[in-house]
This record gives sequence, C-alpha cells and structure tokens, in this order.
Amino acid sequence: MSSTHSPLRGLSLEAKAPPGGTPSGDTAPFVAKLSAVDLNFFYGSFQALHGITMEVFENKVTAFIGPSGCGKSTFLRTLNRMNETVRGSRVEGRILLDGEDIQEADVTDVRRRVGMVFQRSNPFPKSIFENVAYGPRINGLARSRVDLLDKVEQSLRRAALWDEVKDKLNQSAYSLSGGQQQRLCIARALAVDPEVLLLDEPCSALDPIATAKIEDLIFQLKDSCTIVIVTHNMQQAARVADYTGFFLLGELIEFDETSTIFKLPAKKQTEDYVTGRFG
Amino acid sequence: MLTLTGLCTLVAAGTLVFILGYLFVNGGRSLTLDFFTNLPAPVGESGGGMANAIVGSAKLLLVASLIGVPIGFLGGVYLAEYGGTAFSFFVRYTTDLLNGVPSIVIGIFAYTMIVVPNHHFSTWAGGAALGVMMIPIAIRSSEEFLRAVPLNLREGAMALGASKAQSIWTVIIPAAKNGILTGIMLNLARVAGETAPLLFTAFSNRYWSPGWGEPTASLPVMIFTYAISPYKDWHRQAWAAGFVLLMLVLMVNIFARLALSRKGHVTR
Amino acid sequence: MSAPSIFGARSVGALARFWARLRRGDEIAFLLTLACATTVLLITGLLVFELYQNSALSREKSGWSFLTSSTWDPVAERFGALPFIYGTVVTSALALVLGVPLGVGAAIFLAELASARISNALTFLIELLAAVPSVIFGLLGIFILVPMLRSAEPTLRALLGWMPLFQGPFYGVSLLAAGVVLAIMILPFIISISREVILAVPGDQREAALALGATRWETTWDIVIPNAKKGITGSIFLALARSLGETMAVTMVIGNDPKIKASLFAPGYSIAAVIANEFTEATGDVYPAALIELALVLFGLTIVINALARVLVAGTNAKGTA
Repeated sequence: MSSTHSPLRGLSLEAKAPPGGTPSGDTAPFVAKLSAVDLNFFYGSFQALHGITMEVFENKVTAFIGPSGCGKSTFLRTLNRMNETVRGSRVEGRILLDGEDIQEADVTDVRRRVGMVFQRSNPFPKSIFENVAYGPRINGLARSRVDLLDKVEQSLRRAALWDEVKDKLNQSAYSLSGGQQQRLCIARALAVDPEVLLLDEPCSALDPIATAKIEDLIFQLKDSCTIVIVTHNMQQAARVADYTGFFLLGELIEFDETSTIFKLPAKKQTEDYVTGRFG
Repeated sequence: MLTLTGLCTLVAAGTLVFILGYLFVNGGRSLTLDFFTNLPAPVGESGGGMANAIVGSAKLLLVASLIGVPIGFLGGVYLAEYGGTAFSFFVRYTTDLLNGVPSIVIGIFAYTMIVVPNHHFSTWAGGAALGVMMIPIAIRSSEEFLRAVPLNLREGAMALGASKAQSIWTVIIPAAKNGILTGIMLNLARVAGETAPLLFTAFSNRYWSPGWGEPTASLPVMIFTYAISPYKDWHRQAWAAGFVLLMLVLMVNIFARLALSRKGHVTR
Repeated sequence: MSAPSIFGARSVGALARFWARLRRGDEIAFLLTLACATTVLLITGLLVFELYQNSALSREKSGWSFLTSSTWDPVAERFGALPFIYGTVVTSALALVLGVPLGVGAAIFLAELASARISNALTFLIELLAAVPSVIFGLLGIFILVPMLRSAEPTLRALLGWMPLFQGPFYGVSLLAAGVVLAIMILPFIISISREVILAVPGDQREAALALGATRWETTWDIVIPNAKKGITGSIFLALARSLGETMAVTMVIGNDPKIKASLFAPGYSIAAVIANEFTEATGDVYPAALIELALVLFGLTIVINALARVLVAGTNAKGTA
C-alpha cells in the first residue's frame, strides 16, 4: 500500500502531475489516495457522469466546483458508493482507493474508510454522545467503554466542538444550532477514523460565522485525512482547497492546483465560470 | 346550502357527544367497586361483577399482541425498507384486503384453524383471532412511520459504514419508534372492543379461566350477552362494562392522536 | 488485488465480531422481514381455503339454490341464504341513504367552509366516533335508539306511511333500527376520507372558479366536488364494505327473523348476525357448513367492494398529491 506510483501514470491524464514544489512548500511525495479511471455513471438511461479520470492526493484538500446539476455531487457520492442506494443507478469504470477497486471491496468497509458529511446536517435523533459513538459502535472500533468515551472526546475535539458540548453530551443532538449540528456530523464521521472525508456542500445551509468555523476545521483536518469538498461557492474553494476540479454537464473540464484554476485556467469554460461570465 | 352542510357536521359531532354523555351518565352510575373485583353473580341473582372478563380481555390482548405486533411490525419493515418490487405491491394490496375482511369471518377462520383441532374454545383461539385482525393495521402503520424517516438519516448511517440491516435497526427504527408504538396502541384499542371474532373462539365463561386453554370471558362479549338478556341488573352491568371499555378505548385514542399530531410525524 | 489485506481486519473485540456476523446477517434481517410480510399472503390464502373447504358439505347439498332459496330451516336441513342476503343489503342500503348525504355534507363543511381550527377539532371528535367498539353501538341501539324509534313511529307512519316501506306492525327492533345504527357507524369513515380528498383538490381550481364570479357554494359544488368525486365514491364503497360485514350492532337491533318483508318496520336478519347467533349452537355437519358458506359469501362480497374502494381512493390521492 501507499505506493508512490499513481496507477494512472502513463495513462492519458486530465490532471497534471503535481509540480515539484507544493503550495505549502513541504516536500512529502504526492500520493494518489483515490483515483477515478474513466468513470461513467447513469441514473437509469440518463448519463450523469462522462468518463471522469482524476486523482485525489493524500492529505490534500480537493474541491469540486461547477454549476448545479453539473455532476460534482454525483461524482462525490460515487467515491464512497453512496450512489448505489439510488434505484436504477449504474457505474462503469473504476474507482481506486489506495490502488484497490472499491467496487470489489465490501461496501461498508469502503464507507467506513471514506467518510461523508452531507449538505444538510443529519444528526440522528439520539444524544450528542450517541451520535458520535454510533460509528465506533457499529464498526466495533471501541474496545471498552473508556475507549469509546475517549474516541468520542477526540472526535469532538477534532471537530472543534468539544468545548461547546462537553457539559451536555447526553442532550439531544437537535438541541444544537445548525452550525454545531454540522460540526457534530463531522465529528461523527471522524469517529471511525476515515482516511478520506467527503464534504458535500457542508456550509450551504450555514451562516458566515459557522461557515468560517468549518473552513478552519478543514485546514486542521487535512494533516490527518484526505479531504474532498463539493462547493457551489468559488471563494470557498479558493480559500480551502489545494486542488480544484471544474465540472460541467457531467464532465470534468479541468483539474489542477487551485491557484492555477482560478488564475490561469487552461480551458475557456473554466475561465468563464471562475470569472462569473458563465451563463 | 352552506348552513345545511354545517347542520350535517353538527349532527355527526352531536351523535358522538350524545353517545359519550349517555354512557357517562348511565354507565358511570352503574359502576361499582364490585364490578372490578367480583365474579358474575349466578344467573337470576343481582350483584356481582366482571373481574374475570377484565382479566380475560387483558389475556386475550396479550396473546393478540404476541402474534400481531411482531408479524405486523416486521412485515411493515419489509414493505418500507425492501419494498418497491411487484411482490411488495402484492403484499400491500393483500394486506388492505385482509384489513377489510369482516371480523366475524376472522372468527370463523380462527374457529376452523384452532378450536376444531383442539376440540374446545380457548384464550389461545380468541387471542389468535384478534392477533390476525391486528396484523394488517400494524403492517401499514409501521410502514407509514418508517417511510416518514428522512432519507438523510439513512444516508448518514450508511456513510458511517453501517450495513443495511444496521442502519434499519439502529437508526431508522429508533427514529420511527414513537410513531410505531402509538400505532400499536391504537391497534390494541381497536381490537380490545372486538366482539364478533371472540364469540366462537374465546367463547365466554362465568368463572375464572385458568391458564390459556380454557374458554374465557371478555368485556365485549359480556356486554353483548348482558345487553340482550332479559334481566334488569344485567342491563345495568352491561352499561357499566360499556362505560369501562369505551373510556379505555377513547383514552388511548385521544392520547395517541394528540401525541402524533404534536410530533408532526404523520401527515394524516 | 489483495483486497482482504486492507479492507476489513481492523475491527477487534467481541462486539465487532458480533456486528460482523450481523452484517453478514443482512440476509437474515431481510429473510425475517420477508417471512413476516409473506405471512399476510399465507393467512389470506389459508382463510379462503378454510372457508371453501369447510363449506363443502353445504355447497354439495344446496348448490346454487343456497343463494336463491328463502327457506332457512336447520331442523329439516334446508338452507337458503336469501333472507340474510336481503337483510344485509337492505340495512346497508338504508345506512348509505342516511349516512352518505350527512357524511358528505359534513365533509364539505369541514374541508371547504369551516376554519382550520374548528375543522381540525371537529374532525378529531368525529374520528373518535370511529374508535367506538361496535358492541357499544349495539348497546346504545337496544336501549336508546329502539325506544326512540318506537316513540317516533306514529310520526313516521303519518309522514311516510303511504310507502310500503313504512307499513305493518312495528316492535322497535327492525331493519330500520339496524340501518340507522349502521348509518351512524359509517359516518366517520365517509367524513374523514371525503374531507381528505376534498382538501387534496388543488387550490388553483377554486381560485379559477371564484375569479369567474362563482359564489363559494357554486365553487364547491360545481368545481371541487366533481374533482373529488372519485375519492368520495371510494369512501362510500369503504363504508359499504364495513356496513355489510358489521356484526354486533346489527345483531342486537335487527330482530333476528329470517323472513323477507318489504317493510323497514319488520324485523330481519343479516349474514353476519345469523353467523354470530347460530354458529355455536349449530349441530350436525351441514348446519355449520351452511353458516361457513354464508361467511364465504360475506367474504366475497366485502372483498369485491373493498377492492373497488381502494382503486377509487388510491386514484384520487395519487392525482391530488402529485
């Protein structure tokens, strides 16, 4: 595992191999955590994704932007096979997690390793504690009650929510504000130690202050996990992402370092979109 | 014309108020402590109570829930979570038809299935008849409450690596729990008043019914037999029993419906 | 690909092993719920089989004359179901005649004219009426309705006595009493379902009519009701199915006399009532079989009408909520 060779090397690539220097200047090798190879996705007879090929690099933040209905969320949801739950859906092509095809793996293992946070926060109708403890419980990750408590605290701390909720862990999750609920969902996803965290427009229902907190959180989390975020907000992508992909009509038009996408896009459509000239 | 429709409403609502009022006055007046503690008096003598019928009804409902609740609930889980197939459509349709079968016909069914092979009336047979009556409603109400659980909770569970069964049992069912329980209470209240299916399954009994294999008295059947009897004192007791039964049924209904409307879980 | 090396093998402990088993037990959960759902089919199938099987003797003996003969003589083992079918149909028809105008009228009021507050409160009250056990309706029928009808008899005779329906001696217990009790019992069904389908009629239909200068009543009668007609018809069929199968309340007030009389004042008998009264006392082989054949007839009747009702109500709801 952790092969430094991307399985895509030598294939025709949309994504450029990363340049020698990284934006943050660290020298760690770039490792493809997730790769999509010629991925097509269908809802019934409607083709929602057309031949997507790209790589998500380990411990980086990757953002997908594009107008609504462009397939960015659909693509995100194929990365942990959530789209399978839609009746009549079909996938062609491969998605590799650490070089292994997720279609051939156990789906629950895929989803545990590739966590997801949704557009609308969806805490379970349980206590704050039980929400975070849910993942470790069903996956059998906690060896003891103490271990579980520890995991819950760690996850809440990582989601920057611990200080706000430590005195009311037994209260209903619905007693929290919208932004807190979304961070609780992030904590819940973190509690199973995912290697990749998929965020599907996590801030679209939040106010600017709550949004800023979540963006801070994304910066802190990228040391310990790979993050993929779908956003309709270009500024947000520019702020948080190392890499950005632009989707249009189910195709990945361009994928590159965020600064390149926003300052020197290679494609006309990308330029139109990021400069706001897109119809 | 507008006034006329208002009048219709008044008549309909007035009927209920009248029924309640009449039973309240007449039944409440007839109610004594003996009613709850004593066995029926020998035929022709006045006094006595219906203690055996109250216990009998409780035992019948217990047997009915043991049959109707698990089958109905799990069947509802199937329709809500694994449905969408031609088979589940067929099951749903049959469930509605079974729900429309007259209760007396269910009584005959339980008679031929249980009483005939056992050669005598029993709590088992009566409870089974009521249990069969519970199944269709339990299925449809469980299904409805499970379907009302938002999709994003299901996705939340699955995104954490929960299998389908895990997400159903640990997230979806707990989220629908209150609604499902209320549905079961309403269901129990409904079969608690059923008389026809008990006539030739549980039959009746003027004494305590030991165990589960003997004929047993029940409140609704007692009301029936006492009401059509020629004795004044039995009529009084029929009113008392009617009062107790109706209060129980209405209490459950009022609390359940209020709880449901406050929760806003269901649209109906 | 060496999938197992990476996927799995992370979980530890007894709980993990348990959940892993259960996860593989996805199948078990599926099969368990499937079995319970299948039970419904099993029960319904068994129900039909038992009714058919156990009425074999009677069907052999009487043949089709069972449905056409009006002689019910258990001693002579002659069984004709016509008086019961007649009583069942007449009482249900009477219930519809009384209950439908009242119920639909109330539904219109609750859906179209009353304020939401009053409508919800009254609907709540009326739906409670649906929860009242039928034996209690019977109790009230015997001790309140029958005496009331007896005292109303002279008035009825004076007003309607020119019709054969209201002639002959009157003892109180009668087809009329059974019909009135049934009418009260089906009211809540007609009201609550009709109200729902009327509420489901799209608001723009109403606005269009009002904008053309129609009065509120004209809008309701000419626009809303035709839109909701299918659903209201469905609710009437549901009510009919219920009244055909209703046992206790009818048994207690119909008079239990297996004769076919034209007058509503006369006592009668219904299918459900004769089963309730005679089944435990039926001796011999053919007598119980004849009663079970009656149950089969009743079953068939209600199934057909219920199926029709479901089709009608489902049609309206799908259209209304789409």
